[in-house]
Amino acid sequence: MSKDRRVVITGLGVVAPNAITMHDFHKALLTGTSGLKHQKELEELQFKCQVAGKPQLTQEIIDQHFTALQQRGLLATGLMYGVISAKQAFENSGIDFKNKSYHEDIGVVFGTGQSGGDKFREAIHHIDDNDVRRLGSTSVIQTMSSGVSAWISGELGLGNWVTTNSSACSTGTEALLMGYDRIKSGKARGMLVGSCSDSGPYIWGGFDAMRILPTKYNDKPEMASRPFSHDACGFVPGSGAGCLVLETLESALSRKATIYAEVKGGHLNSGGQTNGGSMTAPNGLAVQACIKTALIESKIDSSQIDVINGHITATSKDGFEVKNWSAALNRSGKDFPFINSFKSTIGHCLAASGSIELVGSTLQLHHQVVYPNINISQLHPEIVSVIDKEKVPLKPIKTKIHSLAKASFGFGDVNACAILSTFKP
Amino acid sequence: MTTQEINQKLLEIVKVYLPQDVTESSIKPESHLMQDLGINSAHLVDIVLDVEDTFDIMLDENDMQQMQRVEDATTVIQNKL
Repeated sequence: MSKDRRVVITGLGVVAPNAITMHDFHKALLTGTSGLKHQKELEELQFKCQVAGKPQLTQEIIDQHFTALQQRGLLATGLMYGVISAKQAFENSGIDFKNKSYHEDIGVVFGTGQSGGDKFREAIHHIDDNDVRRLGSTSVIQTMSSGVSAWISGELGLGNWVTTNSSACSTGTEALLMGYDRIKSGKARGMLVGSCSDSGPYIWGGFDAMRILPTKYNDKPEMASRPFSHDACGFVPGSGAGCLVLETLESALSRKATIYAEVKGGHLNSGGQTNGGSMTAPNGLAVQACIKTALIESKIDSSQIDVINGHITATSKDGFEVKNWSAALNRSGKDFPFINSFKSTIGHCLAASGSIELVGSTLQLHHQVVYPNINISQLHPEIVSVIDKEKVPLKPIKTKIHSLAKASFGFGDVNACAILSTFKP
Repeated sequence: MTTQEINQKLLEIVKVYLPQDVTESSIKPESHLMQDLGINSAHLVDIVLDVEDTFDIMLDENDMQQMQRVEDATTVIQNKL
């Protein structure tokens, strides 16, 4: 098959702290509507940071996506978000959703950091009480990492590559690039790509213990996540899932599908925890190399990047990331692209962050708009020293977008950068 | 508990695990749980746990193996009550 095949995005699904559908997500990002809330559960457990982002799933939405039997003993929140986002995306793509036929040329790469923390906790209690038989039949599927991709494949009849990837906070962007490569290499016509992350104290606790979350905003949760701001003081943990349907341009055109954007390519690398990189901090040169190689792979010139959707988590490292973008693109001041981070309104959704933000990035291309940043009282001086302050928009900007660069970075000094373009036939 | 009462409670348990294309009215005493009703073998484990909770009994390995048809389950339960 042709190596020149183009890969486009034809379906979107999202379960985010501030919206449960792609239409509502567009509205929420456009208006800077926060989904971050004070969590009573975290207060009772004496977490220092009691603010978090949790999708507001109603029983009605759960009933739409899970049978009564599937809901029995279902505690894996990330898996639930993942399945809902994937079913939304597949339905949105218009690929034969209702007939539930077998799609041997469509696969799924759906990542996660872990699966079913609450289910695993329940299992541990049963086992420690000498009652392993009480685990029933649902423990394995909910706690195996690939439970989410297996579940999605079963719901939608996907018969190509079915797997789960994991690379901390770069998981979602990595999933997109894995799916892209699969299609590009001719081994699949379409791929559902995405990622998810559980809600709750068992997934967020470790970060609270590391003292990298904001602790002074428990009474004003919507202000807690402050990307780019001089007073950014830690990321707010979030949760949810995002899913994108990728397919060959040929397939999309033959079905007259809506094409939201084109995936031009990208790159994945690691700083090897050298040159200032560590388990938790990035090697800046590797970050720059990842972005530069993504551009080369995509055959996109740095001057064609009109928007950056950064990783930008609202920590003291935000300035370092902006400097790395500036060096990699060789652009600064007024010449720098618009840059935003959705983490001010959804928090850092960890393994789900990349895919949720890719859905938002795709919507920016589809609507030709740059979503605003909120909670910037004053730009961090390190950022102002590199780029013009107008490049960090505080209001929506309607503008012609040629291409967008999306990066995600994760614990382990791992980097992912994807380049998306506005589709032109 | 009468056989009828046991069967009624058993029906309530089993119907939850039916595949979407099998209706509740298909559940007969002689129905084989897997072959006739199409219940996933993994779910037999859950049916056993539900039976234990509902009738407040304990089922061992031998009991589980016996529970092939609905009427087998009724017999196993009757013997435990």
